[in-house]
Amino acid sequence: MSTSAGPPARSSAPPAPQNGRGSPTAVRFEGIHKSYGATPVLRGIDLEVAGGTTTCVTGPSGSGKSTLLRCANLLEVPDSGRVVIGSDAITDPGADVDRIRTRVGMVFQRFHLFPHHTVLNNVTLALQQVLGTPRDQAVEIARRRLAEVGLGAVEDRRPQQLSGGQQQRVAIARSLAMDPEVMLFDEATSALDPELVKGVLAVMRDLADRGMTMLVVTHEMRFAREVAHQVAFLDGGRLLETAPPEQFFDAPRSERLRGFLDQVL
Amino acid sequence: MNGLQRVRDTFFNGHLLAEVFPSLLRTGLLNTLVLAALASVIGLFVGILLASGLMSRSLVVRVPCRGYVDILRGLPHILSIYLIGQGLPLAGLNVFGTWTYGYAALAIGLTEGAYMAEIFRSGFQSVDPGVVEAARSLGMSHRKTMRLVVVPVGFRRVLPALTGQFILVIKSTALVYLLGLVTGQREMFAIAQDASANDASLTPLVAAGVLYLAITMPLTYAVNAWDRRLRDGRPAAATEPVPQQEALI
Repeated sequence: MSTSAGPPARSSAPPAPQNGRGSPTAVRFEGIHKSYGATPVLRGIDLEVAGGTTTCVTGPSGSGKSTLLRCANLLEVPDSGRVVIGSDAITDPGADVDRIRTRVGMVFQRFHLFPHHTVLNNVTLALQQVLGTPRDQAVEIARRRLAEVGLGAVEDRRPQQLSGGQQQRVAIARSLAMDPEVMLFDEATSALDPELVKGVLAVMRDLADRGMTMLVVTHEMRFAREVAHQVAFLDGGRLLETAPPEQFFDAPRSERLRGFLDQVL
Repeated sequence: MNGLQRVRDTFFNGHLLAEVFPSLLRTGLLNTLVLAALASVIGLFVGILLASGLMSRSLVVRVPCRGYVDILRGLPHILSIYLIGQGLPLAGLNVFGTWTYGYAALAIGLTEGAYMAEIFRSGFQSVDPGVVEAARSLGMSHRKTMRLVVVPVGFRRVLPALTGQFILVIKSTALVYLLGLVTGQREMFAIAQDASANDASLTPLVAAGVLYLAITMPLTYAVNAWDRRLRDGRPAAATEPVPQQEALI
């Protein structure tokens, strides 16, 4: 499978900025295999996400997109293969997984906010408890991140009192507060009412524009075309095609991808 | 009218009531509350510990915990209290010396712990696995995730069931009279029972019953109010809908 290294040259996309962390490749999957029982889900995935760029992963349901994404922070443990975050292989037996996870933000389809904490404390919890940030600094960071996602006014609410779109933006703020090198999005807008999708996509687009490294599993083809530097097509546990968006959408090479795009566009 | 008089003498003898009520209130109520509190603390501690054991992936941990819960929940209360409360000192395990309360609280706590373990287990297991994953993805260790997310969220969810269990603890304290208590140690039931036997009237037991209800009934309402408060964030939380933020940026 073809993988592109380094920020791909694109005419219409914003220039891929350096994320300033001195690593050209932010996420690299090497020969990832994963089965559930006898059912193979991932059959040898190689994929690189360059620092400061956005890669969208798409494909039919059951193709292994979410499993691949969850391998990136080891919520799923691959049967074989390596996952490298920056310069650290999270799949190595001696890896400090919890430490590496603090550098990888993840946003889930169903938000998964902490129901027993206010919006503000959802964002400060890991800052204080994992990174040891003092309370006043954690609150300052959380307020800044909540303002970034447009939710400054609801910091005292409970998650249950917010709309799905608001909850998802809190979840994004919660991840961003950790100042991650990479953000993973697992169908972050799939569970939202249509009118709430836009706000969440806007936050994601803004993040990409500011040079966040992002790996995004999505069915939002317009988002992929406009924001991604690279789009990957996963089918039956294999990466059939990885290309810049123009080529991916306008000149798909494989029959499967052409068929898939006909279905969804 | 003779019949009505007898009913009154049996259950509502004012004279006897005035005689027994001060010691019921001063000695009995205090001892009941102390005993219930001690037993509850032991029960909570044992319950949370056993619940973690019941959820363990290791058979070596899970099987003994399962056995403990099944046995203690399957025995009549009165039997466990005899076996533990009288058995320990008889067998020479005088961990509490002659302090009967220690044995009594331990006996009730160990039994209630088995019930609480099942309550906690169901609560902890009802916590959305996605929320646990979210905590892990932020770099929280398994232990921190348990302490900061699973236990507090699960605890809140089982608060009503736990209240029922606390009420059972309070009622169980009545059984310790079996262990033989000296005058100053008697809880409400023991005092009422003794007074009833002396005067061939059940009035003291009726009085004790009223006092039990005075503890147990408000407890349910208090916990429900607390539960609502935890759920909504603050008392009578602002319930007006959150204004939809306009699409930002």
